[in-house]
Amino acid sequence: MSAIIENPPAARERDVEEVETVTIRFAGDSGDGMQLTGTQFTNTSAIVGNDISTLPDFPAEIRAPAGSLPGVSGFQLNFSSRDIRTPGDQPNVLVAMNPAALKVNLPDLEDGGTLLINTDEFNKENLKKANYSANPLEDDTLKGYRVHRLPISTVNIRALQEAGVKLSRKEMDRCKNFFALGILYWLYDRPMEPTLEWIRAKFKKNEEVMRANEVALKTGYNFADTTEVFTTHYKVKKAATAPGKYRKITGNEATAIGFITAAELAGRPLFYGSYPITPASDILHELARHKNFGVKTFQAEDEIAAVCAAIGASFAGHVGLTGTSGPGVALKQEAIGLAVMTELPLVIINVQRGGPSTGLPTKTEQADLFQAVWGRNGECPAIVVAPATPAECFSMAIEAVRLAYRYMTPVFYLSDGYLANGAEPWLVPEIEDLPKIDVQFASDPATFMPYARDEETLARPYALLGTPGLEHRIGGIEKQHLTGNVNYDPENHHFMVLMRQAKVDRAAQDIPDVEVYGEPSGKVLVLGWGSTYGSITSAVEKLRAEGKSVSSAHLRHLNPFPANLGDVLRSFERVIIPEMNLGQLCTMIRAKYLVDAVPFSKVKGRPFQIREIVKKVEEYL
Amino acid sequence: MSTNGNGNNNGEVLKDGPNETGVEGVTGNVSGAGPSPESEPGSVTAGKAAPPPGKLTKADFSSDQEVRWCPGCGDYAILNSVQRVMPDLGIPREKIVFVSGIGCSSRFPYYMNTYGFHSIHGRAPAVATGIKASNPELSVWVVTGDGDGLSIGGNHFMHALRRNLDLNIILFNNRIYGLTKGQYSPTSEFGKKTKSTPMGVIDYPVTPLSLAIASEATFVARSIDIDVKHLSSIVESAAKHKGVSFVEVYQNCNIFNDGAFEHFTERTVRPERVLYLEHGKPMVFGKNRDRGIRMNGTRPEVVQLGSETGLGESDCLVHDVHIEDPSVAFMLARMEQPEFPQPVGIFRDVRRETYEDLLAHQIEESVARSGRGQLHKLIHSGDMWVVE
Repeated sequence: MSAIIENPPAARERDVEEVETVTIRFAGDSGDGMQLTGTQFTNTSAIVGNDISTLPDFPAEIRAPAGSLPGVSGFQLNFSSRDIRTPGDQPNVLVAMNPAALKVNLPDLEDGGTLLINTDEFNKENLKKANYSANPLEDDTLKGYRVHRLPISTVNIRALQEAGVKLSRKEMDRCKNFFALGILYWLYDRPMEPTLEWIRAKFKKNEEVMRANEVALKTGYNFADTTEVFTTHYKVKKAATAPGKYRKITGNEATAIGFITAAELAGRPLFYGSYPITPASDILHELARHKNFGVKTFQAEDEIAAVCAAIGASFAGHVGLTGTSGPGVALKQEAIGLAVMTELPLVIINVQRGGPSTGLPTKTEQADLFQAVWGRNGECPAIVVAPATPAECFSMAIEAVRLAYRYMTPVFYLSDGYLANGAEPWLVPEIEDLPKIDVQFASDPATFMPYARDEETLARPYALLGTPGLEHRIGGIEKQHLTGNVNYDPENHHFMVLMRQAKVDRAAQDIPDVEVYGEPSGKVLVLGWGSTYGSITSAVEKLRAEGKSVSSAHLRHLNPFPANLGDVLRSFERVIIPEMNLGQLCTMIRAKYLVDAVPFSKVKGRPFQIREIVKKVEEYL
Repeated sequence: MSTNGNGNNNGEVLKDGPNETGVEGVTGNVSGAGPSPESEPGSVTAGKAAPPPGKLTKADFSSDQEVRWCPGCGDYAILNSVQRVMPDLGIPREKIVFVSGIGCSSRFPYYMNTYGFHSIHGRAPAVATGIKASNPELSVWVVTGDGDGLSIGGNHFMHALRRNLDLNIILFNNRIYGLTKGQYSPTSEFGKKTKSTPMGVIDYPVTPLSLAIASEATFVARSIDIDVKHLSSIVESAAKHKGVSFVEVYQNCNIFNDGAFEHFTERTVRPERVLYLEHGKPMVFGKNRDRGIRMNGTRPEVVQLGSETGLGESDCLVHDVHIEDPSVAFMLARMEQPEFPQPVGIFRDVRRETYEDLLAHQIEESVARSGRGQLHKLIHSGDMWVVE
């Protein structure tokens, strides 16, 4: 095998087939490094100019028993020479590193799809752990697929041994994901250099591991090149994307740097109060790395302390931010009510996951919309925004902070597990093109009234702690109009309830109209919010290409709604609302606009497939 | 489901959009007097003339709000002591913030002419943490009670103390829930009959000071509402301690738990039943200073001093607030009437770097290492490529 590494024989002529879009799913044990393998393939694909979209799918358990079904970790990647918006409905290619990975993922593979199987792991013990009564490599389980049986583990170890790598057998076996990656790099005509660079940087302190991974990657590549396992390899040309600088980014990364940016634009330091929770913790990790922006991250003792500290920070003049997932929001709600009552700016990130209760911690869902809009005691309105794509998490973070300051109110920012961990190319903006965030502090003791109102926004004035002459008290008890004194008067309460609602409603004057993709009127409008954007838009694109009267619209603002939404809805015979919940937006739309909108629900912890939406819409055409 | 949660179609008020007629009903009053302005006394502090130059007085720290505790409540005495101490601290009013949770004691911020935040039940330490971490220049006070601080807010209590932010936490302990009208609290005595325990309390009470010491508090003290002089000096010491300070105040609730501490706080018995701890001084008490505390093996004991026993003050345990080891402070916190005199004073006063300073250092270090963050660099990094 060393001969392959040192002096690869001249590559034999193979058929090269050009394809537009490929969806690969890497699947293995959660200890097999599948997330890393997928990420490396994604980065390289982005660098060669493909459009990309990813869907990591990992178990809630950090390391379920090796080889078991619950321990399977997957990473799906869609890469294309055209504009794509989703990680792909069905994998065309499945890489299965063990029997459990095959068992879990085979049902998703398209008919006639390609299978790359690490045959070394198909021993009696692993087959049993995966509940296979017979070896699927030996019966007709895999009939109808293009199957490549590859002894990845043994070839990898042999290659490393021959290269003189001084690691234990177990350590060498850990490099097999790079061996598999090498095979795929050859198969899809990708350069190895970006990954080699990554390996060199990552393991610079451990040269033996560095060398082992390099050898594994190269050997995998050469193995695919020189053996005759594959008769064809594939080319996916560059996508015709708009010129500019791009960055591969996940939703959580974009969220974190979006809020740092928002704080810089506001000219106030960022304070992030948070308690670790999947899938939001990466935001805490990312923000904690950027202390040189003056960012203060506070890992609180619980969710309640996290939001309360953020409220305290906001009172003290910082950008008060807290982040969590659904169960954490449930705990924070009383404090969010306090921020509504005290009319302080505050942003609450909810990276939604499967619920109720602990639910599906690592899976995606959109079932916290009601919780954001209505989840508190009393009449307790808050602004709600939701990014639609991983990259959009950046701009919506700025939007959330902008609205929080302009209206002196809590703002919910609803991301979800799919956006959080999914990646896509982001056309990086120039700083000067970003919106400014205007933060005004009261300064004149002669005119200061804590609960006076701005004529335009109805926001109350913001007095920075430490300002002489503006000493005042705020709190959760009903406030007297203007003075902010404790007040139990029935007329005042009624007035203040209306005032707080009117203030949030006023934000509609400050948010952009919802745009319609397709004709402005017609038979069907597919309305969505959040991470369903990709599937909805691609489905509508497909239907429109077939000449169907279908348009789509996607909401980034869910409370209040854009001012033109009613007109848009009434321009279509039918409104269909796909959501990863039981119709929460649909209920709100029906209640508010008296439009006979139809819900399309999927609550499986997985995003919609394009074809599912196409099929649903076709029912109404 | 309510439809007005989403706003705009709240019938009479808001019709179809935020700029429609309905809002006018609200905006019409935006800058006007609003409804029933006379319904509550007082006006905002701001708008008042700035305080005269020179040293502030107690009156400068009283807000214009009518104090609404029950007549005879111990809270009045505590408010009085705190207001008395404030001018001596030399901190401008605008740099002072009082934060509270829920309960009788938590109304405190309304009566202080400083910045104030009356937050939610149990969460004042968390709100105060955010304030102090954001602006270390502020003098931040937390006012809480035995229910607010130790029951619903028990978790935050512990963590605020161990983080050692420079907060001053005053816990009014009246061993009862007052605002909800007389249920037992975490400090109520075992067996106590209350509205919620007609047959007696069957959970064991907690000693706030023990909890504070166990939670790594760097300043721990206790005082008595009616002992204004002592309370004022403790409050002052707490304010001057750099790091978290915790002060328990025995406070009488004359409505729901009257006389809870009377058996040792009553003026005539106090010298015999209260041990005033003083740093560097032997632990001696009694009107005639004729009794003291000494160690007997691993346990403290009360001894008679004088010629009869041949024991003097030099035989007694000498109080040292600065010992890093919390064992003695903990032992003192467990001494109780009637076996022991009830100790008051400063139990523990040690130095540790504060959370806010450590946080600031990390930020400075990060800037020193990588330079002040540049947005352009932040955004234009990671896995990047250029499309021509």
